[in-house]
Amino acid sequence: MGETLAQKILKRAGGNEAVEINEIVWAKVDVALMDDILGPRVEIAEGLKTLGDRVWDPEKVVIVSDHYTPTCTENQAKIVQFTKNWAKEYGVENYFEYAGPCHQVMAENGFDKPSTVVVGTDSHTCMAGAFGAFGTGIGSTEMLGVLATGEIWLKVPESIRVEWQGQLPKGVFAKDMVLNDCGEIGHAGATYKVLEYGGDAIQSLNMDERMAISNMAVEMGAKAGLIPADEKTAAYLNQAGIYEFEILQADSDADYIHTYKKDASKLIPQVACPHNVDNVKPIDEVQGTRIDQAYIGSCTGGRLYDLKCAAEVLKGRKIAEGMKFLVSPASQTIYKQALREGILETLVDAGATIVAPSCGLCLGAHTGILAPGERCISSTNRNFIGRMGSKESEVYLSSAATVAASAIEGKIADPRKYL
Amino acid sequence: MTKEIKGFAWTYGDNMNTDIISPARYMEEDYETIGQHAMEGVDSKFSSKIAKGDILVAGHNFGSGSSRETAQIALKYAGVGAVIAKSFARIFYRNAINVGLPVIEIDGVDRIQEGDEIQIDLEKGFVENLTKNETYKAAKLPKNIVELIQLGGLKRYLDRKING
Repeated sequence: MGETLAQKILKRAGGNEAVEINEIVWAKVDVALMDDILGPRVEIAEGLKTLGDRVWDPEKVVIVSDHYTPTCTENQAKIVQFTKNWAKEYGVENYFEYAGPCHQVMAENGFDKPSTVVVGTDSHTCMAGAFGAFGTGIGSTEMLGVLATGEIWLKVPESIRVEWQGQLPKGVFAKDMVLNDCGEIGHAGATYKVLEYGGDAIQSLNMDERMAISNMAVEMGAKAGLIPADEKTAAYLNQAGIYEFEILQADSDADYIHTYKKDASKLIPQVACPHNVDNVKPIDEVQGTRIDQAYIGSCTGGRLYDLKCAAEVLKGRKIAEGMKFLVSPASQTIYKQALREGILETLVDAGATIVAPSCGLCLGAHTGILAPGERCISSTNRNFIGRMGSKESEVYLSSAATVAASAIEGKIADPRKYL
Repeated sequence: MTKEIKGFAWTYGDNMNTDIISPARYMEEDYETIGQHAMEGVDSKFSSKIAKGDILVAGHNFGSGSSRETAQIALKYAGVGAVIAKSFARIFYRNAINVGLPVIEIDGVDRIQEGDEIQIDLEKGFVENLTKNETYKAAKLPKNIVELIQLGGLKRYLDRKING
């Protein structure tokens, strides 16, 4: 029996000659990512003092203050200040702030390399899977262990293969694919397992789109969401100045516990309804639902391609009266590029308010919090109860294009008619 | 971690995610405040109504979502002695073990009613319902996890590894 991609990566990380599924390996960590909200300030700074008081390899550590930037309370300001000072004290030069959500910053700066192990104190660290990296979210105490030793124990997970064939129709995006996966596999359907993606529909996706898919692997409970690296991955990395990496592939006779075969050409826009990510419905069942706010942003749905598609929908049009429409480019780099290409101008002309690249609204920390009774359609990754504000508010998840179409109508709308 | 845990059951459903257990808006506060708002997503009175050592009983996929360790911190500071569920989300489960919050998976969750007195024996791996006089077998923990628990969590384990 051949090996899955996860097996091959963990074999490499553990220095093992072979690894069986369910075997526990002590993996060497290639990159350890921390954010502000769950980084040094939670257990780590205190704990490290008694565990050698040094970081095993500061060059392999990346810290991004992204959840609380721009800071909106004194507590948040203190947390960001602490995080920055801690990075300096421990010699971590890869410190970023006001740059955008950490996973996008990681990707753009070439930290997500194929076949490596990336761990982060944020559950969406699985986004590194879009580069064929074994990215997974860990807790702060677990991170303390990684910082002290450079290692982590990982059980070699079983893999589920998700194969998407066919060409996506116009107005349907990777976000619709992954929402459809969430609906089919379920909120806990891939718990402890890896989702390994394949098929020509996946191969034809650009890197922005692939990241949306891997990003949401954790919404099905998965430990990682791997997309095999190819020439598109290599081109993206080269642009980030990275030329040295190893590309691994699963064996053709690898052992999957289940294989989903799906047809992208038949997919229509999808919407995850309150209050679970797997409460997914095709657009025709939910269109017409009144909304008060529309949001495009986050490590899931605020990339250049998302903004471009939203602008295409909104070009020459206006959002509905009374709508609040917030757009947060997923990084400063994206912000600048969208500015240069006139995308932001199109969005602002339509009625959008452009806000800083940040995790802020996605998790209900700041910038656009919902009042009781308000409904928001969002290109982000979670619609849990109270996620973006009041417990009595509701969040619907969709592609950026669906968010844009909904902003025009003031109710959930199908983007295909605007494209 | 104490080997024996006893308390009254507070029951909840499936998919109690981390935004419910530890809402993001309180994550910037101190641990006590985080604890005061534990489970606020579904039950704003949770932290005031439970007694220290009580047992949170839930359905499938407890702790799904974020990697936030404030979820474990919230439950510990609210006074939760252990969480029993049909199943746990992966990161939550791992974090709970790392910080010494007992987490037990059993099939007999539906037999437990709110207010039942529950006793847990982690070592032997079973849950006793003292009110109903029933015993439920817990899922067996992997060997390395039992070792971690016996040492009192990851920090102690690392301390021994690094400082001898």
